[in-house]
Amino acid sequence: MTVPRVERPGLYYPKLPATWWLRNANYFRFMLRELSSVFIALFLVVFLIQLHRLPQGPGAYAAYLETLRAPGWIIFHVLALAFALYHSVTWFNLTGVVQVVHLGERQVPPRLVVGASFALWAVVSVVLLWFLLRG
Amino acid sequence: MPGDDGYQHDLLVIGGGGAGLRAAIAAAEESNRLSIAVLSKVYPMRSHTVSAEGGTAAVMRENDSLDTHAKDTIFGSDFLADQDVVEVFVKEAPGEVIRLEHWGCPWSRDPDGRVSVRPFGGMTVNRTLYAADKTGFHMLHALFQTSLKYERITRYDEWFATSLLLEDGKVCGVTALNLHDGQMRPIVAKAVIMCTGGAGRIFPFTTNAAIKTGDGMALAYRAGVALKDMEFVQYHPTGLPGTGILITEAARGEGGHLKNKDGYRYLQDYGLGPPTDTPVHRKMELGPRDILSRCHIQEHQKGRTFDGPDGHYVHLDLRHLGEKLIDKNLPFVRELARNYVGIDPVHEPIPVRPVVHYMMGGISTDITGKTSLDGLYAAGEAACVSINGANRLGSNSLTELLVFGARAGRAAARHALERPTLRSNPLAQLASDERRRLDQRFLRADGREKIADIREEMQKAMESGCGIYRDRATMEGTCQTLRKLRERFAHISLADKDAIFNTELIAALELECTLDVAETVARSALAREESRGSHTRTDFPKRDDARFLKHSLAYRTPDGPRIEYLPATITRWPPEERKY
Amino acid sequence: MTEETMTLEVTRYRPGHDREPRTESFTVPYRKDWVVLDALNHIKDRIDGTLSYRWSCRMGVCGSCGMMVNGVPKLTCAAFLRDYRPGPIRVGPLANFPVIRDLVIALDDFMEKLRRVKPWIIRAVEKPVADGEYLQTPAQLDAYKQFSMCINCMLCYAACPVYGLEPAFVGPAAIALAYRYNLDSRDEGYRLREPVLSEAVGVWECTFVGECSVVCPKGVDPAAAIQRSKLAGATDWLLSMIMPWGGRR
Repeated sequence: MTVPRVERPGLYYPKLPATWWLRNANYFRFMLRELSSVFIALFLVVFLIQLHRLPQGPGAYAAYLETLRAPGWIIFHVLALAFALYHSVTWFNLTGVVQVVHLGERQVPPRLVVGASFALWAVVSVVLLWFLLRG
Repeated sequence: MPGDDGYQHDLLVIGGGGAGLRAAIAAAEESNRLSIAVLSKVYPMRSHTVSAEGGTAAVMRENDSLDTHAKDTIFGSDFLADQDVVEVFVKEAPGEVIRLEHWGCPWSRDPDGRVSVRPFGGMTVNRTLYAADKTGFHMLHALFQTSLKYERITRYDEWFATSLLLEDGKVCGVTALNLHDGQMRPIVAKAVIMCTGGAGRIFPFTTNAAIKTGDGMALAYRAGVALKDMEFVQYHPTGLPGTGILITEAARGEGGHLKNKDGYRYLQDYGLGPPTDTPVHRKMELGPRDILSRCHIQEHQKGRTFDGPDGHYVHLDLRHLGEKLIDKNLPFVRELARNYVGIDPVHEPIPVRPVVHYMMGGISTDITGKTSLDGLYAAGEAACVSINGANRLGSNSLTELLVFGARAGRAAARHALERPTLRSNPLAQLASDERRRLDQRFLRADGREKIADIREEMQKAMESGCGIYRDRATMEGTCQTLRKLRERFAHISLADKDAIFNTELIAALELECTLDVAETVARSALAREESRGSHTRTDFPKRDDARFLKHSLAYRTPDGPRIEYLPATITRWPPEERKY
Repeated sequence: MTEETMTLEVTRYRPGHDREPRTESFTVPYRKDWVVLDALNHIKDRIDGTLSYRWSCRMGVCGSCGMMVNGVPKLTCAAFLRDYRPGPIRVGPLANFPVIRDLVIALDDFMEKLRRVKPWIIRAVEKPVADGEYLQTPAQLDAYKQFSMCINCMLCYAACPVYGLEPAFVGPAAIALAYRYNLDSRDEGYRLREPVLSEAVGVWECTFVGECSVVCPKGVDPAAAIQRSKLAGATDWLLSMIMPWGGRR
């Protein structure tokens, strides 16, 4: 924990209002990115419960799937998917900033790093989809 | 921060720019027993060294020699440099730039890893080290960040020194105003080094930052020290019209061309030719600054310059250099031209005109940085140790602040070690006297004169009388105007009576300093009846070695400066005609 | 013809008199080549001499004149009135900093942090000056050059909500400078800077809002410096866990 700073008399100490993230688009997008993790976490909980139902027999599993067919749950899943995609896109965009790749003496342009990351993501997704959908 | 025993140090540096920081570090390395302080009216990284662009001269390569650097410097100075000082300067320059390299300065490099060198005006060999075109910025930050390593260097950031404290004819500190609380305090020191920079702000159109108001020059002058060679004011040939923002000489070192409104490289008409595609040392655009600035004015008189809302200008054409070279070696030039005149030098020529850039003159010092006043030292643009004479060569000033900053730091450190501890009690009294003086002068006074009016009139008078071309009648007018402004200054009125961060009070103190400095410039210029280097008299167009191969010394008297002379030191390079 | 004008809504704070900042409006002539700083100088010279602010080089390199212009941290010497037509323009002190007076903020906090990250070349053995320069290839120079361009203007701190919420955060510029020295081929001080960078209010405090890099007038990209420091620190920690001889360097 950090020690609160000592305020000197005469100076005016501004306070950051709770709505600071509404001040500009970049702050807002950052907040969305942070918020996305909440939805992803919730989705994982739902998914864990689903896995938990599996060994309890086909009846329990089918009942759970039936619950998830409710409109509320569908909206939740659409939202979670949107946030997951948003989170992934921002994540891959940031790789260009974070990961410096050198080829010999020259630095690979960050856009190329980002592009390669997206390409890799696409390939992995396609392979996974192929596994899931082939049978 | 200072301890309870007040503000007492062995050594006090006034000014946190390149010279001041170099001096403080040199003193810290000279002895670990010294308490050192750096006092500045701005945070050190705001100092004007930050704006220097082109580079730093030092002999670094096998094809160069100390004698060539010395000869170029002396020739450029129109033989007014002290040759013994120049010899020391060129000898210590390489060590200083290497030291700075060891301290992290990001010098531009050759493929083999050695520091690169580029051509510069008036130099016969490539000897100007550079960090792209932000050399001063990188040097200042390297020096500042390195200075943080020394715990014994105390800083007084945003304190304004208002006077030198004297006791028995010896300097024993300063009175200084802390902007943050408005308190005046005595800062006691056994030695004081003035590194407060030049005074470009006595002119209306200058590359100089707002802080360049000659404060240290004025403080020393008021304490009885002479200001030397003040008539020599350097115009840089390439400033942006309107703002006066500097476009570095490195733009020409890299191969940029100066063209008149017909697209003609006019410098060939003034004995600087022949024009070549690749730059040739000391020819055409690589001629010295004083000559290039005069050529501009003559070209204007022939009606061959452009006319714009901010006066006449010519073109600095970099287009043939190509985007790659410009981005590698002149990125700041591109940034400045784009931002401030809306021109991309890759596609269009940059409008430029001569602009006040540098004061060759300053506080008169000896070869160690010592002044005539016991305990007072000076270095950098604030000082005149006489390596620049009547015209400074580009890229010698950054080297000068390193070499003579270090020298002054060491000399002052040794002086402080020998001097007994000072008593601060009587000095506290002097500080409260100074506070009272300021209060009565500025804060309680109920005058009618405005700072901005006096400043503008002073700057106008300086431009008309002490510009590139000078003559007796206009200079006499300038001197009279300056006297009158001094009287009007006594009736100045400030709207701001607050203690904390009173920038109007600082502006008034700065104005008082510029008035002192401006008068020494005008008086020295009037007295020098010859043309030499940057000082060009239409009524005395020839150099006159018989009468004026000497430095002017301006001493303060109640009626204005008294001018005396001191012969220039000639060792191995007898004066000859200065022809490029 | 009447002269064109523009209105500036300037934040004023008079210590000892005001409990909170207030806003004062000034009307200045509009010139197409004027920057916000020119307008402030006009106010100071011709309208109200008590207005306090810092400025010096007026060419974007000394770092003095950073202020909030319409809520965005800007160097006022590079913010042209013409880009804010028809106005009014709101000019305030840099956000997240204590205000001394009017548009003047206190930056002693940054100065202290700067010293803590040891922004100087650290060597086990220093090379004597007589032995010449350290060789450094253009590629080695390029590795850190971008991070050496910081002018300490404090715009990044004003843009950083993390600094606004946690003033102890070492912050973008100081971390970028520490990283600059870590990347310098002449430097051997990584181990000594690491403790400051890896403490709770060091790099890990940063949540990567990224606005510091957006407002940086010199293209330093402090956000990248911080994230890469995190990566270096994490790699270092991992290696020290799995390798008996510890991490890199």
